[in-house]
Amino acid sequence: MSKIPAYYGFWHHLGSWLLKTSSWLVLLFLILPILVIIPLSFNVEPFFSFTEGMLTLQPEAFSLRWYEAIFSDTKWTLAIKNSFLIGIFATLIATVLGTCAAVGLARDDMPARRLITALLLSPMIVPLIITAAGMFFFYSDLGLAGNYLGVIIAHAALGTPFVIITVTATLTGFDYSLARAALNLGATPLRVFFDIIMPLIRPGVISGALFAFITSFDEVVVILFMAGPQQRTIPRQMFSGLREQINPSILAIATLLILVSIALLVTIELLRRRAERLRGVERID
Amino acid sequence: MSSLTTLEAGQAANARNKKRLTAFLFVVPLLVFILITFVAPIASMLWRSVHHPIVAELIPQTLSELQRWDGKSTPDRQTLQTFAVELHKLNAERLSGKLAEEFNRAYTGMSSVVKASARRVGRLSESQLQAEGAETLLKAHKNWEKPQLWFAIQRAGQVYTYDYYLTALDLEIHPEQGIQVREDTQIYVQLYTKTLNMALVITLLCALLGYPLAYYLSGLPENRANLLMVLVLLPFWTSLLVRTTAWIALLQTNGVINSFLLGIGVIGQPYEMLYTSFATVVAMTHILLPFMILPLYSVMRGIDPSYLRAAMSLGAKPLPAFARIYFPMTLPGLSAGALLVFIISVGYYITPALVGGTDGQMISNIIAFHMQRSNNWELAAALGSLLLGLILLLYWVYDRFVGASNIKLG
Amino acid sequence: MARTLTTRFSTFALAAALGTASFAASAQDSLTVVSWGGAYGAAQQKHVVDPYMKDSGVKVLFEDYSGGVAEIKAQVESGNIQWDVVDFEVIDLERACSEGLLETLDHSVLPEGVDGTPAADDFIPEALASDCAVGNIVWSVVFAYNEQTIGGTKAASITDFFDTAKIPGKRAMRKRPQVNMEWALLADGVAPKDVYEVLSTPEGQQRAFDKLATIKNDIVWFDSWSQAPQLLNDGGAVLVQSANGRFYDAIRQENKPFVIVWDGHVYDLDAWAIVKGSPKKELAMEFIKYATGSKPLAGMPDVAYGPTRKSSMPLADQSAAPHLPTAHLDKGIQAGSEFWADYGESLGEKFNEWLLK
Repeated sequence: MSKIPAYYGFWHHLGSWLLKTSSWLVLLFLILPILVIIPLSFNVEPFFSFTEGMLTLQPEAFSLRWYEAIFSDTKWTLAIKNSFLIGIFATLIATVLGTCAAVGLARDDMPARRLITALLLSPMIVPLIITAAGMFFFYSDLGLAGNYLGVIIAHAALGTPFVIITVTATLTGFDYSLARAALNLGATPLRVFFDIIMPLIRPGVISGALFAFITSFDEVVVILFMAGPQQRTIPRQMFSGLREQINPSILAIATLLILVSIALLVTIELLRRRAERLRGVERID
Repeated sequence: MSSLTTLEAGQAANARNKKRLTAFLFVVPLLVFILITFVAPIASMLWRSVHHPIVAELIPQTLSELQRWDGKSTPDRQTLQTFAVELHKLNAERLSGKLAEEFNRAYTGMSSVVKASARRVGRLSESQLQAEGAETLLKAHKNWEKPQLWFAIQRAGQVYTYDYYLTALDLEIHPEQGIQVREDTQIYVQLYTKTLNMALVITLLCALLGYPLAYYLSGLPENRANLLMVLVLLPFWTSLLVRTTAWIALLQTNGVINSFLLGIGVIGQPYEMLYTSFATVVAMTHILLPFMILPLYSVMRGIDPSYLRAAMSLGAKPLPAFARIYFPMTLPGLSAGALLVFIISVGYYITPALVGGTDGQMISNIIAFHMQRSNNWELAAALGSLLLGLILLLYWVYDRFVGASNIKLG
Repeated sequence: MARTLTTRFSTFALAAALGTASFAASAQDSLTVVSWGGAYGAAQQKHVVDPYMKDSGVKVLFEDYSGGVAEIKAQVESGNIQWDVVDFEVIDLERACSEGLLETLDHSVLPEGVDGTPAADDFIPEALASDCAVGNIVWSVVFAYNEQTIGGTKAASITDFFDTAKIPGKRAMRKRPQVNMEWALLADGVAPKDVYEVLSTPEGQQRAFDKLATIKNDIVWFDSWSQAPQLLNDGGAVLVQSANGRFYDAIRQENKPFVIVWDGHVYDLDAWAIVKGSPKKELAMEFIKYATGSKPLAGMPDVAYGPTRKSSMPLADQSAAPHLPTAHLDKGIQAGSEFWADYGESLGEKFNEWLLK
């Protein structure tokens, strides 16, 4: 409690105690709902609540049946496959295009930068329902609705703003004279890009790619409007499950997804630290 | 060393232009991609909200007959006859249902009239149709005599129209009085207001919960703060569907919270919490809270605590010192977080759709309803365009006060 | 290094292209069949879809939907056809058919029954009444209560459903005007034979809405039949509307203490139809021919739905006979598919406005 020195007496102790308690309550509010899912997914009963047996830790109250249910149901396995397939290809497109654009946007001589940045970031701002409705009309006319290609490029478009943001962040303060020097020494622009710029922005590129991936992996509105039954993804399957027949297989898949997000969180955090070390800047955010 | 010649100036300008071009070339692939895959779809939606040729295609002759009509009485026999012939044809082609749907939008309740009349007119033979088409129509339903109905048909027949925007704003156009507030039902303005209210409540809740937490975290030593930040970041990285599922498990009638409260004897019977606007607000606050905490925390970390200490050692009381010195310095973070939360919650769809029931629905849900259930795509497009306008306005405010390029992640 | 990265990227691009192409190809030999999920879906999976996939080698994507014509309409009008075969409630069928959302089917290609009866005589007449579909089951919308939650007074008639003084507690209904409007009028004393006539008038519609309004605050609305047994099971509602088969399955398979009330039930057919513009129309018709054969239909009484072929009944599980809608016809009315073709849209709209009031 560095901000409130101890010599302010009772009211301050009370104040700092209140602050601490309320902060912990908010932290619990953030994390408990997510943690609650995990034990529930091992429920032997087809309900979303704790049974007496679970509370008294009877081993027979727990089971892996919902995990088995997921992996033996072709709908879920197709959804898992689709989520990764669509996510990976959308990420590839978003990362390549987004990185390239971020490099251009970061240059001082970029014309109309403000306008173009706003335009390129707009997929992040426009509500998904509007994007999805527009895409439904437009992609249907082009014959792109209801197939993988359509969904992949739609998700790629949604992912690019994140790549731009993360890559731009690693490029601020980048000294272009390095690149110019290399060019003057006769290096090809492509070589300059891969040998000089790339190592520097790689953490940004990777975390941008992760963001693009999670955007696609978590996206359901565009899928709801545009995808056919063949392109069902995990969130789409969860959505219909929650609307129609609620059973703990959804909790089982949710638990698996929590593991995925933990993995992503750890990766991003490691990348951030590495980026800070690389650039030798102390950043606070 | 002479001064710059024109040639040299020209070369410098050329070089600069070349650099600008290089920079631009880097951006072009994505720009083209976004224009085609994202901007064009949205433009097509805007276009659809004003361009509506279907009725003009279904009954072209009736509409051209109607141009002679005085607008005050039942149209003449020839017009009705023309309509009967076109209806007969549409019935045979199974397109009368489409016409019924269109008329129903222009004049509530017309769907069944058109369908029943189409069935009746459809049964006539070719010669009967020529002889008594108009009469059969009038016998099928008395509404065909009403001038208001034909006025509505005339309006529905316009290829370019702003009528869907009128509907989206609960307005209608009257033959004599012009634009006026819709008489029968007013839904949309109310729903926009409700959406904005709920977004405001969610934003306030996020600020109320997020501010003390961010303040507390910013006062901790860095290592400990980073550790606790994981508790903020994990929800941020967790799938939206997972978090919504969690709230369904918690709030259900026989869910975790009710069972817990029943178990410890605080309540006698379970509360109905799921499928209400309460559920929408709670779940969305939980989902959007990290968007408030992250910018707040980032700003607070940057504030030197000695300011506050200095003020207090100069005799300022803690609370006024906080209000006058510390709080204003955190305003950039607070406004960034608040605007972000507000913008996101105004356009939210999934969570209200899953936990909101009938009463927790927001404007996005009615757009989805018109897209998927009532199939009134033009109205969905008009409602969507209004929502888009609202979001762009907020985005513009955000850009002015915070700067869109300052959005940070993680 | 530059070389390796570019090579890596082009490999990715190539893989992407190939991946997309192969997925597009694999979509060709499959058929998307859409039905209602839950116990009924499981019975169809067992008796229709699985044997069909085994016999024909065609891959069937068996999807769930929750009724109505909207999704099909969106597909047909946008030209983005996702579904091939749909199991329609006949209450929605006539509307979809008259709006040109379905292909017309040639009933003469349907195979004869196992006992050699020609299809035209083997099917009950209602099953072949529409040009757009082939009927497969007779089912019914009923309501049920749970012995454990109902309390002292048990529900016995449709008037009890609307009588919250006699039986307090929530009612669960599917969120649509169909059947609910009929029930309101029946409970308000309209004679079963006059229901649709009364409902065609504005006064009759108002009467139905007024009757529904008397219990509006006690209604829990759901979207899909599958939610209904769950609501009855976990006490979400005391009286729950659903398809008779859903309750029957919960009673028989899971020993739930549910009691079906047959008074005022609205019986209807389900029928297989092909979405207009389906690229796999022939394959879809092959599926329908198979699905409406005597043997697959004989599996439907498993969930208390009556097969539409007379030749199926001898092959079926006889213990279900007293639970089929056909055993209770005197207590119910037939769903008016022509009425809902004409009024489905207007009343749907009014109903939604009424909900928001």
